[in-house]
Amino acid sequence: MNHKNRLRRSMMFLNAQKPNLLKDPYIYGADSLIFDLEDAVALGEKDAARFTLFHALKKVDYQNAEKVVRINGIDTPFWKEDIRCAVFAGCDSIRIPKTESKEDILLVEAEVAKAEQEAGVTPGSTFLMAAIESAKGVVHLEEICHASERLFGVALSAGDYTKDLHTGISGSGVELSGARQLMIIHARAAGIQCFDTVYTNLEDMEGFRKEVELIHTMGFDGKSIINPRQIPVVHAVYTPSAEEITFAEKVVQEIDEKRSQGIGVFTVDGKMIDIAFYDGAKRTLALAKAAGVLEEVQND
Amino acid sequence: MINAVGRDIPDAVLAETGKTVFQGSRHFDDYTYEKAAVKARARIGGEGSKLEKDLQEVLRKCNAHDGMTISFHHHFREGDLVAMQVMQAIHEMGFKNITICASSLSKAQDELVPMLEDGTVTHIESSGVRGKIGEAISEGKLQGIAILRSHGGRVRAIETGETKIDIAFIGAPSCDEYGNCRAVGGNSNCGVLSYSAIDAEYAEYVVVLTDCLVPFPNFPADISMTDVDYVLKVDAIGDPEKIATGAARPVTDRRKLMMAESCAEFIAATPYFKEGFTFQTGIGGAASATALCLSEKMREKNIRMGFGAGGMSKPMCDLLDEGLVSCLLDTQDFDLPSIENLISHPKHFSISTKEYADPFCKGAVVNKLDFVILGTLEADVHFHCNVVMSSEGELMGAQGGHPDTAAGAKCTIVITPLVQGRIPTIRNEVTTVTTPGETVDVIVTDYGIAINPQRPELLEAAKAVKLPIKSIEELRDIAYKICGEPATLEFEDKVVAIIEARDGSIMDVVRKRKDKNLIALSTK
Repeated sequence: MNHKNRLRRSMMFLNAQKPNLLKDPYIYGADSLIFDLEDAVALGEKDAARFTLFHALKKVDYQNAEKVVRINGIDTPFWKEDIRCAVFAGCDSIRIPKTESKEDILLVEAEVAKAEQEAGVTPGSTFLMAAIESAKGVVHLEEICHASERLFGVALSAGDYTKDLHTGISGSGVELSGARQLMIIHARAAGIQCFDTVYTNLEDMEGFRKEVELIHTMGFDGKSIINPRQIPVVHAVYTPSAEEITFAEKVVQEIDEKRSQGIGVFTVDGKMIDIAFYDGAKRTLALAKAAGVLEEVQND
Repeated sequence: MINAVGRDIPDAVLAETGKTVFQGSRHFDDYTYEKAAVKARARIGGEGSKLEKDLQEVLRKCNAHDGMTISFHHHFREGDLVAMQVMQAIHEMGFKNITICASSLSKAQDELVPMLEDGTVTHIESSGVRGKIGEAISEGKLQGIAILRSHGGRVRAIETGETKIDIAFIGAPSCDEYGNCRAVGGNSNCGVLSYSAIDAEYAEYVVVLTDCLVPFPNFPADISMTDVDYVLKVDAIGDPEKIATGAARPVTDRRKLMMAESCAEFIAATPYFKEGFTFQTGIGGAASATALCLSEKMREKNIRMGFGAGGMSKPMCDLLDEGLVSCLLDTQDFDLPSIENLISHPKHFSISTKEYADPFCKGAVVNKLDFVILGTLEADVHFHCNVVMSSEGELMGAQGGHPDTAAGAKCTIVITPLVQGRIPTIRNEVTTVTTPGETVDVIVTDYGIAINPQRPELLEAAKAVKLPIKSIEELRDIAYKICGEPATLEFEDKVVAIIEARDGSIMDVVRKRKDKNLIALSTK
């Protein structure tokens, strides 16, 4: 069963029409797999891609990876059938491209609910994520982030977004700084997750690492990726250090203990701690566990 | 008769070849034999030149005849122009029933096929038969039974007299008029002439073909004038672009890198990974990426490699340059940087195939290997490997040094994707056994690592570092879950080739393939 707030450090795009990619992408260990029916698939191939994806999702055991389907935009004739294909095949989530308003999400939500009913899928079990690809989308972030109970997060899609701003991707990140900041703020205010855009230069792994470090520092939950080579970099950046894990363990333990004693504020390793630190410490431990380093540290 | 790897070798084949069935990789340990004697000719005085201009004239001088055995090396790989020049001359002169004893055959010899069909060539002994020759043999077009043997096995066959070479043809990148050959110094440099050393020693006649004549003495010589009868100047001996490529780009495929990382992690966890450990790896893909991943472990733990052996490419040469490897023992060069490195680095040594892998000599490099990393086309639950037969039942690969290094190394690691194309690599039974499972210790795949139950100490070492260890049966089950169980290939009764073990016994037989179109390749 998929969890709305599951760990999503790495969300890897796969062309839904390429059997070789669909066969066993889970071996690379991405947290989420995004099967793309939109940009990666030519207009004349939409049916064929849906057919391939449907059978892949039915046949292949994608193990622990989340199965997200990127549908075509709601301004195209394809998106409703994309949703039916995804829901009938048992996807976990739908990624909505080019989201600009609350209404966009509600439209998709209604169609997903319909498909769930038709397919006999538990109502409400298919989650949504919204890709923000325009200035309008950024401006409407507040209503978008609060639009649906199904919505687990928003993701920046920088290619179209920078075109809308009349610029391009510079590599410095300056053109994305406003959107990134607003996205993380609105996502957190709505209690949902937030994901950064893809990094397309596969030759520049150092530039990629720096960008992952930047968005990690900003508070993003993860990053969209386009190649399995990028996964270890993201996971390494999102893996807490031994010191961070030890501190988080102490914080959780101390808060649990002090709460029962009626103490609200205290110090751990000389730092002032209160209940506000609890969720953060829990997140650190969850990340450590996902990265497979928690047990080792405990055994030290 | 059933052999030690469970293969039924027909009595008729044993009778025709005079061979025994394989009885285990150490069965011939301490075996006593007499080395073959070779007919030789004294050349007292002479004119100081062995230079010839006409190939047919040379063939006449070498007493070329029906039924003779001739030999070639494959250092020029797919760029080779020597074998076909010689074979065209033999064909034009009308000789029949020729045995070709080559260190390997590839697409460069595709034009041999009509000569198989018209009876010019009736027997082939080689490490591999790729391209159209493999296809032709699989279709039963060779009159005799082809013998496929390892590099070390070829040396053994020649030394014991099992294979007697009448004329050895050696393509030499540079040569003087008296027969001193070097693998460098010309336009078609191949770096080393390892495979030809045994031919030069044991052939009745030795003919050098070169496109680059240099002044005497062409020293230090890889093949000495003391063994050479004639030197033939020809326009071309090889296509340089197909002999040695530029340096391959570093591997970026994540799947291959994951396998290489697992492999290096495993190596570093074994007791053999210590100062002075010895190592051989294959070329390209996951195997060469393993060398790079391992070098990180070596730097981390401040451990240096004693020697690296086998076919060379840039990654291993880089390790030598960095001082992470004490020396390289080179049997073949796959790219230009490795040839350059051989020329310039004093610790990059050329070795003969006998020194490399001969099972019947008094000491070969393979026996000093701690680790060897090998590829495979198929491997089975008994850890047997198949490196010659395609999933369509066609001969397409070469044993090369696979069985030799596997038998010699303390830890033999086979690295392969679990599924290749849509065919499971790990399966119940390999189509053809080329390397016995008793010599294969570990199989590294993209889905996990299987360790031969005969090596419990390696299993313990791997568990200590949390590698994704699975049983070989588990790997097979995963492969079958993805692809289904492969249908058994269909063959006719006729045996078209034998897979010779390094000791000369029969490991397996290859039968004539049924018509390609009739083979049901679907899964059960």
